[in-house]
Amino acid sequence: MKVQKQQFVTIKGTKDGLTLHLDDSCSFDQLLHELEEMLSLKQYIQQDGPVIGVNVKVGNRFVNKKQREKLELIIKQKRNLMIESIESNVITKDEALRLKRETEIISVAKIVRSGQVLKVKGDLLLIGDVNPGGTVIASGNIFVLGALRGIAHAGVEGNIQAVIAASLMKPAQLRISDIINRAPDHLPHEGNELECAHINENGEMIIERLQQLTHLRPNLTRFEGGI
Amino acid sequence: MGEAIVITSGKGGVGKTTTSANIGTSLAILGKRVCLVDTDIGLRNLDVVMGLENRIIYDLVDVVEGRCKIHQALVKDKRFEDLLYLLPAAQTSDKTAVKPEQMKKLIDELKQDYDYIIIDCPAGIEQGYKNAVAGADKAVVVTTPEISAVRDADRIIGLLEQEDIEPPKLVINRIRNHLVKNGDMLDVDEIVTHLSIDLIGIVADDDDVIKASNNGEPIAMDPNNRAAIAYRNIARRILGESVPLQSLDEPNKGVLVKLKKFFGVRV
Repeated sequence: MKVQKQQFVTIKGTKDGLTLHLDDSCSFDQLLHELEEMLSLKQYIQQDGPVIGVNVKVGNRFVNKKQREKLELIIKQKRNLMIESIESNVITKDEALRLKRETEIISVAKIVRSGQVLKVKGDLLLIGDVNPGGTVIASGNIFVLGALRGIAHAGVEGNIQAVIAASLMKPAQLRISDIINRAPDHLPHEGNELECAHINENGEMIIERLQQLTHLRPNLTRFEGGI
Repeated sequence: MGEAIVITSGKGGVGKTTTSANIGTSLAILGKRVCLVDTDIGLRNLDVVMGLENRIIYDLVDVVEGRCKIHQALVKDKRFEDLLYLLPAAQTSDKTAVKPEQMKKLIDELKQDYDYIIIDCPAGIEQGYKNAVAGADKAVVVTTPEISAVRDADRIIGLLEQEDIEPPKLVINRIRNHLVKNGDMLDVDEIVTHLSIDLIGIVADDDDVIKASNNGEPIAMDPNNRAAIAYRNIARRILGESVPLQSLDEPNKGVLVKLKKFFGVRV
C-alpha cells in the first residue's frame, strides 16, 4: 500500500476568492513544484471564469523578495488568478526593529532651549519645555508635557495623521508632515487648556482641545507590543 | 585650590564686564583672594572698569605664548591689600590667539594661588566663548529683562549644559522697576520660569553703576548703593550664604533727603 503523500499546498475557497495555505516545513522548491502541479489541475481553473482573488498564507516561513516574485509568477500564469496578498507570520529583525522604532514612544526629560534641535524616530514624549528658538522633530506624534514655545514638527517623514499636543500651546510654528502653520502675531486668547494640533480632511491645521483627539485619532490608543 | 567662575550672557551689552568686576570686587571685600581674567581679547575693557588700564605691562596672550610668567602679567589692585588681581586681555590680537586647552592650563595654574577666578567672557558663542568656558568650574549667566537678552541667555544655558560644569546660575541685571510694574518689562519670575535655572541675584538699574565704571571704581565699593548691595549679596551667595533677594521698590526717601538732593547735596 502506498503511503499517502503529504500535501504541502492546501487550497480553500472562500466567498472572497481562494486562500492558498502553503506549508512551512518543506523546502521552498518543493513548495513551488507542488503549487505549480496543483494549479495545473483542471478542477481549480475555469479558463473563462471571472478573475479570482488569491490570498497566500505562508505560515511561519520568511519569504524574501525573490521568492515572493517566484510565487507571484506561478500564480499569475493562471490567467484568471490575481494575488491579493501574501501573508507571513514572520518578519525580519530589521523590519521588526523599524516597526518598533516607528511606533515607540521616546520619552525625553529636558528643556529644549534656543538653538537646540531634538529629533526622534517614533513618537516623542517631552517632559519639559520647548523654549523659543528650540525645535522638536519626530516621525510620529509629539506630546509636550511642558510649554511648547518653539517649533514642533510631527510626522516629519510624511505622516499627515500625526498630531502635536502640549500642556501649554504657545508655539512659534507648528509643522505636521509638510504643512506649516505659524502662530498669529497677536494671540487671541490665553487658553489654559491642554491643546492639540492635527490636520483635518481638507488639509488644514486645526488646534483643538486635547480631548477631541479621542474621536479624531482613536488609533492613538496602543497597548504594549501592539503594532 | 580655588574655583573658576565664568560670567557669560551670549548677548552683548547686558553687563558681563560690570558684573565680573563687581562680583570680583565683592569677593575681595569679603576677604577672598580673587583673580579677574578678561578673555575678551581684542576688545578688552575689564581693566578700564577696574581703573587698572595704565598699569598693564603684559597680557593674557603674552602669558599663553610664553613671553612672560603669569605673576608678571597680573595687575594688582592696590585698593585691596593683596586680595584682588587682574589678568588683562590683549588688545592687539584677536580671539584666535588662544586655544581652549591653553586657557584651561592657565586657569588651572591660577586656581593654585587664588580662592576665586572670575572669567569675563566675550559676547557671542564662538572661539572667545569657548576659550572662556574651557577652564571654568561654574558659570553665571547674566541677562537683562529684555526678550532678546533672555533668548540669548537661553541659548547660552543650552550650550553650557553640554560642558562639563555645574548647572549655571542666573543674574538678572538692570531691572527697571517702574517698567516691570507697568508690565512693559519682563518680571523676575517670568524670566526664571522661562530659563528654569537657579537665580543668584537681581540688580536694579542704577545710574551710579555707570558713573562708577567710568571712574574706574567698581560700584560694589559703595557702601550704600542698592546695586552695590545687590552685587555684594551675589558674592555672599557664591560663598554659600543664604541671603534673601533685595526688594526692587525704590527706597522710601525722607523729605530731608529729597530736599538735599534738590539742592545738590550728596546723600
